[in-house]
Amino acid sequence: MKAAVITFPGSNCDRDLSDAFRAAGCGVTEVWHKDSTLPEGVDIIGIPGGFSFGDYLRCGAIAGRSPVMKAVADHVHRGGYAIGICNGFQVLCETGLLPGALMRNAGLKFTCKMQTLTVATGDSVFTRGYGEGAEISIPLAHHDGNYVIDAEGLAALKDQGRVAFRYRANPNGSVDDIAGILSENRRVLGMMPHPERVVDARVGGTDGRALFAGLVDALADA
Amino acid sequence: MRATVTVMLKQGVLDPQGEAVRHALGSLGFDGVEGVRQGKVIALDLAEGTSEAEVTEMCEKLLANTVIESYRIEMG
Repeated sequence: MKAAVITFPGSNCDRDLSDAFRAAGCGVTEVWHKDSTLPEGVDIIGIPGGFSFGDYLRCGAIAGRSPVMKAVADHVHRGGYAIGICNGFQVLCETGLLPGALMRNAGLKFTCKMQTLTVATGDSVFTRGYGEGAEISIPLAHHDGNYVIDAEGLAALKDQGRVAFRYRANPNGSVDDIAGILSENRRVLGMMPHPERVVDARVGGTDGRALFAGLVDALADA
Repeated sequence: MRATVTVMLKQGVLDPQGEAVRHALGSLGFDGVEGVRQGKVIALDLAEGTSEAEVTEMCEKLLANTVIESYRIEMG
């Protein structure tokens, strides 16, 4: 299985995301934002956290229009897999590959802490390693994680079981406690918390491992 | 020539920064402030002959996120 991890100017979780993929047994190619093509045979694209382009204009707005994102959109439209974490989730929303938008936290503060999440569906390659209803502890670090979507869009997410993770004790005002969502074909995940930061007990936890392990198992079989 | 684009959160989208400004104005003793919405102004220096339609396209493609924001263009 092959992953591509994209780096924008200001990304700061790209190395951690690559390490998490590698620890799960996945080959990783690092891709620069100016590249207009992705490496041959990539199964999944990782869009990392950070502050791409200094969060100028809106978080993820400028990264979302960079050359590599055209290739990412083509990959997704062909049915390819992608995961966007934190700023990566913002980028996926900005490009329209996931619905809704991420606004300033309701409390206006940058929030950086461990957060309990509930796995809201086990029906995706990202969440099957946990199973629906599992509670996991994953760190947050964001200023703009307050997910908003119109009533119709929210109803569609809920009806189709596309809410992947919910916050216990909502930290940012996100609608319906949403921490992560899936695309319609369930192959694109966007989430604000950072599973790539908890794949090694030496740096604070291992609850992120099942996401990467489940992903590698599922895609290796495919 | 110039164009000025004003981007605001759409009505109905909670604006936490505007709310914080409203509270701060209240604590300074300005009692009559019933609502504050915070937006941004983007000033564009444009080549002569750039059309408003092109500026609209800029807004749709980048300057505003139309999921949550509305925009207004003033040419000239």
